[in-house]
Amino acid sequence: MSRSRGTFLFDVVWRQLRQNRMALVGAGIVALMFLMAAVASLTHSDPAAIDISQSLLPPSIAHPFGTDDLGREVFVRMLYGARISLLVGFVAVGISTLLGIILGSLAGYYGGWIDALVMRFVDIMLCFPTFFLILAVIAFLDPSIWNIMIVIGLTSWMGVARLIRAEFLSLRQRDFVLAAQALGASDLRLIFRHILPNAISPVLVSATLGVAGAILTESALSFLGIGVQPPTPSWGNMLIIGKQTLGSAWWLSVFPGLAILITVLGYNLLGEGIRDALDPRLKE
Amino acid sequence: MPLLEVKNLRKSFRMTDSLGRTAGQLVAVDNLSFSLQQGETLGLVGESGCGKSTTGKLILQLLQPDSGQIYFVGEELTHLSSRQMRPYRRRMQMIFQDPYSSLNPRMTVGSILSEPLLIHRLTPPGQVRERVIELLEKVGLTAEHQQRYPHEFSGGQRQRIGIARALAVEPQLVIADEPVSALDLSVQAQILNLLRGFQKEHNLSYLFIAHDLAVIEHVSDRIAVMYLGKIVELTSAAELYKNPCHPYTEALLNAVPTPDPGHPRPAALSGEIPSPVNPPSGCYFHPRCPYADELCRQQDPPLLETETGHLVACHHSEQVGRYLLRKAGTE
Repeated sequence: MSRSRGTFLFDVVWRQLRQNRMALVGAGIVALMFLMAAVASLTHSDPAAIDISQSLLPPSIAHPFGTDDLGREVFVRMLYGARISLLVGFVAVGISTLLGIILGSLAGYYGGWIDALVMRFVDIMLCFPTFFLILAVIAFLDPSIWNIMIVIGLTSWMGVARLIRAEFLSLRQRDFVLAAQALGASDLRLIFRHILPNAISPVLVSATLGVAGAILTESALSFLGIGVQPPTPSWGNMLIIGKQTLGSAWWLSVFPGLAILITVLGYNLLGEGIRDALDPRLKE
Repeated sequence: MPLLEVKNLRKSFRMTDSLGRTAGQLVAVDNLSFSLQQGETLGLVGESGCGKSTTGKLILQLLQPDSGQIYFVGEELTHLSSRQMRPYRRRMQMIFQDPYSSLNPRMTVGSILSEPLLIHRLTPPGQVRERVIELLEKVGLTAEHQQRYPHEFSGGQRQRIGIARALAVEPQLVIADEPVSALDLSVQAQILNLLRGFQKEHNLSYLFIAHDLAVIEHVSDRIAVMYLGKIVELTSAAELYKNPCHPYTEALLNAVPTPDPGHPRPAALSGEIPSPVNPPSGCYFHPRCPYADELCRQQDPPLLETETGHLVACHHSEQVGRYLLRKAGTE
């Protein structure tokens, strides 16, 4: 199955995606971010190494993105920040996608009171302003990176659940699902082998866009001081250091800010590219 | 004992308005009874929406009937749990109308065909591949096709794959739901020949669903004509074509296209099929029937045996035939 899905992705999605220049730019940005996260430890410098004598130096050959008020290398801190963003983006979206798929599948496949229960729960969850819910939860818990990822994941699964439910409702009645049912396929086989692989495309799009959203949320929380805690560098908490010296040291705000902007842009472009690639479906 | 016997089968669907309240009831299948012998083909004909496909799905237990019984080799199916139903699923299969939606687009042909073998453990795991190739060759495809995806095939080839999937479990009964109506004329003949070949080879029974009488004449032993969820006429294929006793059958026969363009065509059946949510009074066919009178507007005619083996539901069956167009060469 994994082999066949790989072939499908390669055959259809990649061939379409290659034609789309903006999506390729997005994919390039995302790849660059992975590269940044990967090479972070190769720099052999400690992102938390304080050197007061080197504080607030502007960008130069020795310090590509300058140094901050404690003399820490901004470039190295940004590489490590990319790791945090990547981690938060993928783990939070992983949690929300998994939850959304499970609840959406249950609602769409079984229907009836299970459907009613799950979808009313979705409606209730959508009533909360997510960001303030996260603020309130973090106020009770330790503001650690794991708590943030879990909270972001637990508050953003509703869209995926609705997408999956809608796909299940229509796929449930398709002939190939009926054929499998007539062959005596079990519920699990129908869900995991016949319906879910065909329902997953819109989720792929929403997950890619969701990574961008999660990175933004993490940055915002860190900027407010209740996200990733110093000295661990994240793009959000680097911004707040920059805010204090905005008049004198522009590089402390500009580089992390640009990084957030470009990364979110990259994921959005890639997500929309995947959406376009999947849109004509398999009707050739 | 017939292979399949359907007794007083009824299925309705609840119609709901935008607030989810019951707004009406759509009776898709109403008091349907027929039987099917081993090796026999029963044609089921009717317009779109008359309940033909619903009947097929009810027999396969893909839908639950409101009432009535379905006996398959003597076993009543409607009361079986899905676990108890499993051994019977192997013995009855379905071929679908639309070859584009009946195959999972994310599975290779090889995995589509090996699935039934794995579900019912019909073949030792080591021999699944050989059995799949054997199935492919049986329907006129080749071993190399098993690596491909459904979207790489033409409609006719896909229908062959659908047939191979249905035959993989070696069923006794195959419900063919308009298996050729989505295909080109030349491909239709190939598929029909394929189906007939398998019938001879395995003594299969077919419930062959179609929306007109053009195709079904050549494949059916007996034909049941359905109108708005009811059987209006049921008899042998030869008798139906020679001596139709229901005005609707007559109209369907007149609608079969003729190869002779100069031949006079009678007026097509006027009006649309009435809504099954709000069916007409009396005989459901009376608003469109040239023979209809006051009796037809008030009383629903029962399905009665007029001659041996010829069942008709019409108050005026003895008059029917007046408007029948005799085709050149048949009479």
